[in-house]
Amino acid sequence: MAHTSSEILEGLAEIVAEETGLPTDAVVPEKSFTDDLDIDSLSMMTIVTHAEDKFGVRIPDDEVKNLTTVGDAVKYIEGAQS
Amino acid sequence: MTAPATRDVVVTGLGATTPLGGDAPSTWAAALAGESGARTMDNDWSEKYGIPVTFAATIKEDPSEKLSRPETKRMDPSTQYAMIAAREAWQDAGAPEVDGERLGAVVSSGIGGIWTTLDGWDTLRERGARRVLPMTVPMLMPNSPAAYVSLELGAQAGAHALVSACASGAEAIGYGLDMIRAGRADVVVCGGTEATIHPMPIAAFAASRTLSLRNDDPQGASRPYDVDRDGFVIGEGAAVVVLESAEHAAARGARVYAKIAGVGLSADAYHITSPDPEGKGQVAAMRRSLADAGVTGADVVHVNAHATSTKVGDLTETRSIRTVLGEDTDHVRLSATKSMTGHLLGGAGALEALFTIKAVHERLAPPTINVVTPDPELQVPLVRDEPATLPDGDIAAVNNSFGFGGHNVALTVTNA
Repeated sequence: MAHTSSEILEGLAEIVAEETGLPTDAVVPEKSFTDDLDIDSLSMMTIVTHAEDKFGVRIPDDEVKNLTTVGDAVKYIEGAQS
Repeated sequence: MTAPATRDVVVTGLGATTPLGGDAPSTWAAALAGESGARTMDNDWSEKYGIPVTFAATIKEDPSEKLSRPETKRMDPSTQYAMIAAREAWQDAGAPEVDGERLGAVVSSGIGGIWTTLDGWDTLRERGARRVLPMTVPMLMPNSPAAYVSLELGAQAGAHALVSACASGAEAIGYGLDMIRAGRADVVVCGGTEATIHPMPIAAFAASRTLSLRNDDPQGASRPYDVDRDGFVIGEGAAVVVLESAEHAAARGARVYAKIAGVGLSADAYHITSPDPEGKGQVAAMRRSLADAGVTGADVVHVNAHATSTKVGDLTETRSIRTVLGEDTDHVRLSATKSMTGHLLGGAGALEALFTIKAVHERLAPPTINVVTPDPELQVPLVRDEPATLPDGDIAAVNNSFGFGGHNVALTVTNA
């Protein structure tokens, strides 16, 4: 069953909150992972690992660098669901 | 080139999280009260894997009580314990104002992040490489506790993790002493940590026949110097002390617990696990430590023994003490605090140094519990059941720590 974009956002926010200690409501689509949420590359890869697991998708390393904002990640995951 | 003039080094902060308590004061109070930190483990490892030991000296306070959620996810338990102890020690020292380039961090673990290592391997086998977490390496590396403490405090004079099995925590303090004496730092946060209560290391220690199997009486299992001792009780936790040059401490009016007056190091070069039966390495470490401290046997009133509750190790050490101190042994008060804490492996030397510092500061040697029938070959007066008062005036105490591999570390503590 595919997840809706709001379910993906909610799930992603939980993953980011676990990793960073930020409140889940700080994780909104327009926020940049690096500039706004202060997430370094190792944390970003940790988030990707958990997100792949949670949503049953594959996010190739080449794609990760294109995921600037939370919204980018939600959109990519939504599209990657089969 | 000659070494710089020796600088006195004092202890200004203490921190711990142990099987006896979630901080240094509660740990010390429980030790004076003769409590045991051993308990039956809440797991199915015995049924599931056939592990013959069902108890351990597990940490008293869950680290998540004091750490943020991301910290518990990013740090191996061994680092978590070290961070809790280091933060406490730092606050206890009054969070000194010190230039980062004059501040060091020396925090050892005997084994490293073994939970992370084995969890990573489990994940790889069960779920494949894509699920192994990116933080695995910085979490499992044995220098991780030292690195995180250095990050936390901005310690730029150096971050070090000396590894010498069960002597690691004491060696860390010895190294901190050397850093200050050599003029490379004014303040060094140092100690030891361990988190190995995982089924694999327990199975491995059990395989080497060094663990107590007294499953029906966990609290009575660690009994150094009792004739019925049958091995050590595995423990976990951390202890950290803040060392400071006496000059630096005096300049800021810091409260001083005691001096770390000397360190003696040696290696047995005899056997990978058994101590040299003649105790030559132990004797050398103690002699070097006393000489380094500039004290004699007449000054030594207390020894915190390595004493793990194994048949051979405990007696070898008491013979070594008598070899070093001769007739002065008779006025020593010997404490074997592993009877209460279990064996914290890489954390043990630091926790026992902390106990030795407190003993000198409060003039009170902690008890040795579970000694029902003292081994007739015990050659040193033992503090049993109740704490023993130490004399007034200038005193010295020695903390011995020995590790698999033949590592011997003796720290000499004197009153401030």
